[in-house]
Amino acid sequence: MAKKSWLLKWPALRQLANGDLAGLGDTAMSERTHSLKPRTSTADKIVGSVCPYCGVGCGQKVYVKDGKIMDIEGDYDSPISEGCLCPKGSATMQLVTGTHRGMNVLYRRPYGKRWEKIPLKQAMDMVADRVKQTRDETWEDQHEQGHPLRRTLGIAHLGGATLDNEENYLIKKLFTALGVIQVENQARI
Amino acid sequence: MAECHPVGFRWVMEAKRRGATIIHIDPRFTRTSAVADIHVPIRPGSDIAFLGGLINYIITNERWFRDYVINYTNAAALVSEDYQDTEDLDGLFSGWNAEKGQYDPSSWQYRGLEVTPAAGHREMFSGEPRAERGAIVSAEEHDFTLTDPLCVFQIVKKHFSRYTPEVVQEACGIQPEMFEKVARALCDNSGRDRTSAFCYAVGWTQHSIGVQYIRTAAIVQMLLGNIGRPGGGIMALRGHSSIQGSTDIPTLYNMLPGYLPMPKASYDTDLKKYLEYNESASGWWSEFPKYMVSLLKAWYGPAAIAQNEWCYNYLPHISGDHSHMVTVAAMADAKVQGYFVMGENPAVGSMNCALQRKGLRNLKWLVVRDFAPTETAEFWRNAPEIVAGDIKPEEIGTEVFFFPCAAHTEKDGTFTNTQRLLQWHHRAVEPPGDCRSELHFIWHLGRRLKELYRPSAEPKDFALRDLTWDYRSIGAIEEPDAEDVLAEISGYSLGDHKYFAGYKELKNDGSTVCGCWIYCGCYKDGVNQPARRKPATQQTWVAPEWGWAWPDNRRLLYNRASADPDGKPWSERKKYVWWDPEQRKWTGYDNPDFIVDRPPDYRPGPDAKGIDTLSGIDPFIMQAEGKAWLYDPNGLLDGPLPTHYEPEESVLKNPLYGQQCNPARMEWVRADNPYHKAWGDPDYPFIATTYRLTEHHTAGGMSRWVPWLCELQPEMFIEVSPELAELRGLENGGWATVSTIRGEIEARVLVTERMQPFVQQGRTLHTVGLPYHWSWIGRSTGDAANELTAFVADPNVSIEESKAFSVQVVAGRRSRKRRAATQGALVEREVAGPERDLPPVHQKPVGQHGLHAEKTEMTEES
Ligand code: SF4
Repeated sequence: MAKKSWLLKWPALRQLANGDLAGLGDTAMSERTHSLKPRTSTADKIVGSVCPYCGVGCGQKVYVKDGKIMDIEGDYDSPISEGCLCPKGSATMQLVTGTHRGMNVLYRRPYGKRWEKIPLKQAMDMVADRVKQTRDETWEDQHEQGHPLRRTLGIAHLGGATLDNEENYLIKKLFTALGVIQVENQARI
Repeated sequence: MAECHPVGFRWVMEAKRRGATIIHIDPRFTRTSAVADIHVPIRPGSDIAFLGGLINYIITNERWFRDYVINYTNAAALVSEDYQDTEDLDGLFSGWNAEKGQYDPSSWQYRGLEVTPAAGHREMFSGEPRAERGAIVSAEEHDFTLTDPLCVFQIVKKHFSRYTPEVVQEACGIQPEMFEKVARALCDNSGRDRTSAFCYAVGWTQHSIGVQYIRTAAIVQMLLGNIGRPGGGIMALRGHSSIQGSTDIPTLYNMLPGYLPMPKASYDTDLKKYLEYNESASGWWSEFPKYMVSLLKAWYGPAAIAQNEWCYNYLPHISGDHSHMVTVAAMADAKVQGYFVMGENPAVGSMNCALQRKGLRNLKWLVVRDFAPTETAEFWRNAPEIVAGDIKPEEIGTEVFFFPCAAHTEKDGTFTNTQRLLQWHHRAVEPPGDCRSELHFIWHLGRRLKELYRPSAEPKDFALRDLTWDYRSIGAIEEPDAEDVLAEISGYSLGDHKYFAGYKELKNDGSTVCGCWIYCGCYKDGVNQPARRKPATQQTWVAPEWGWAWPDNRRLLYNRASADPDGKPWSERKKYVWWDPEQRKWTGYDNPDFIVDRPPDYRPGPDAKGIDTLSGIDPFIMQAEGKAWLYDPNGLLDGPLPTHYEPEESVLKNPLYGQQCNPARMEWVRADNPYHKAWGDPDYPFIATTYRLTEHHTAGGMSRWVPWLCELQPEMFIEVSPELAELRGLENGGWATVSTIRGEIEARVLVTERMQPFVQQGRTLHTVGLPYHWSWIGRSTGDAANELTAFVADPNVSIEESKAFSVQVVAGRRSRKRRAATQGALVEREVAGPERDLPPVHQKPVGQHGLHAEKTEMTEES
């Protein structure tokens, strides 16, 4: 028995024994290759996702271990992409885990020459103050001919095509309530 | 498509494997051309001439699909006797109002119809997406023999009669033999047994006559019977994951969710008037009030009651065009104080970058949200005009906030992909550091503002006070629950809080809540439908259980047209949706896009109202008359039919008409946005077109920082033909300087036969190709192609013209980073040149189109 399995380590014999004459099947694999497992097999969880780049909407699987993303791969179940990702989709892992990502809020004072780090909450308060002040200063309640306007042209917004529907919905909902009408996104560009 | 939507293109390859003919029409030879059966190089900006040639070919060779055209389009409708065509007026339609500088569409109307108030009203505004809203008029007189010279079919025939293969050659640079090969292949593959599809990427719309490009393709597809049928249609391949979603739930100025129009100042002064102007008496838009009232209930909750018109008076009103370029021009004139930019990079991606940055410099405050500080966030630090020393940071008063954003893997939510498919992505990990989702940002901003305005007793602040804003907060970072928001978008009944299965359940009595009627049902039964991921192998080829498509999880729109007038499939091979006479209902592989129990032989009585007016042979249910429009009697702002006009900056005289450019185009005549001569400008003799690469993404915010992608495409380049290289002494791998009167950039030269000169009108025309991904920040940098482009736009949707303009190219690095937006036109000279417009159009009043001086001049009140 021991001898047989030793003999069968010889690839040519293994090919014969398994009928794999082209030598391209299982028999061509070394033991090391056999024992290799994808990194992703040790993931704690696999999360369903969608490629964030173009409009095709290829399926992605996000592999997570210890609260960190270990890899992002194509989703074979997707009827759109059947496991494929293009160069951009395949680079998603770097996009979301890369060192380029800013982690802090940055602030540039009027006429300033550099960025300063400021706390998130403070920045949010400052932006809310700016919105209120501009809105109050530039409010147009009605036209001189008497018809309603109820708006401000002092504030504008751009962006949405890379955002989620839920985000766009809240953007449009809040800005409309504030009377901000200059709301635009890449769909026109 | 192989370049920009590679994984979508694998299905084109699959079709090819099964015998389909792939035709690729593009100025450049790309990876798509490499595997296509036929590649047709076309001069940038001449597509309507080419498609018009196809229409002429289809009609003169009797290749149109008679049963489809007569029953499902408005071919037989009779048009007003006052109508005059571009054939009669040298490139203008009847109704040009020289004083207003725009068309009056009344002479384009169906015979016997007054211009409806709504149509007339909508005519006042550029930027109204009428093509998307569907039409609200029906023809009253018909000639089903299609012989009356004023029936739509004959008008279309006459309009395109001069678009012969010879004219196609003159305009597009395509040989007649090549043209006929394409036309024959397309016609041979259309009819009962076969269908052909058009795929385009949205660069196709980026022309000063962009909307009409798509209309021309639609006319071809209608004549061939290729709409609403499997394997047919016109597919817009969109470049962002959720750009379709951001139109459906619009971060756009002129619409509310679900293509409901924003109220228009001086017209829609109360709800009654708003509904009157926008509701249709027939067709599906007769349901309009239900969608609007449900939206107001979603936003203003218990405060919205019948007595206060469901808080309609909380909505702001638009007065004219408030689109991106109009707003940026106003910014440059210091008329806007604050700007939010979320996941977009206009300092690179939008036209005339230097003018964009001038706008940013004149703000009081700017908020940018992105992965890393983009050129838009850092315009004050190291933009070209700052490096050149024209402007100093200490002169720029804009206060700038940069907020790091969360990635899609760090938040829950849906994208709506290009095929109207909503897909949910789940949060895999928490966002790092101060990174937050836009959902988080906007929700907490809203909460703060509600708090700031709480003491206010001013009516202007009531909308904010009453705004429903209670979403479940999750975790330590207090992330709002995206599923809560999705549930509101989808809609539910008040009282028993039952989630709706679809928009047919919505009411106008205030008992239903729905944030976007076309998405109604995406949270059916309290189940997150877009999160469904049933493997492709375990369901039918239509794959209805993967994600959720709007409307009603329907995968193919207007699919009633896949059956003949009797409700039977046109052929066994192209079977999709059909009438089942036994069960007396529509059935098939997909959810039928029709009233499910309306038989094919149903004809409305004279008193029918609303959706009862749709007959059993009216597949196009969003149109008041249920028919597809070969001819648009309401008119787009630039005419009822597409017409070939040259780009704003061309190298050729219009070979068809005396009118050179789209008469209704939007121009921004200002010192920071100068234009070249209409054609034959000796300083700018070459054609330029911009495009994307597989390995980068739009303005680079998601790709120029990613090492793998930067390694694949490391720097900005210009593609030129060997002939142009020879003419200009350009060396492969060397440098070239490309300029317009607005700016100059440098790029590495790529000499390639993929670019070919066109020989037209006895001249050799050279085209250069410019990818537009780069700018000065990131891990791979280069000059931005959009430093060259101009503010000029289509009048219907205000989309810019970036795919065809004229440039100068010289060898070497000669750029001094000059920009018209900081120092005036790069070439000082007489402006006079050939006219773009015929005499009546030439008197277009100042400020009528585009922002010329005061922003208020754009409004209808002035
Ligand atoms: S993987 Fe490529 S083709 Fe697929 S969605 Fe992403 S960018 Fe588009």
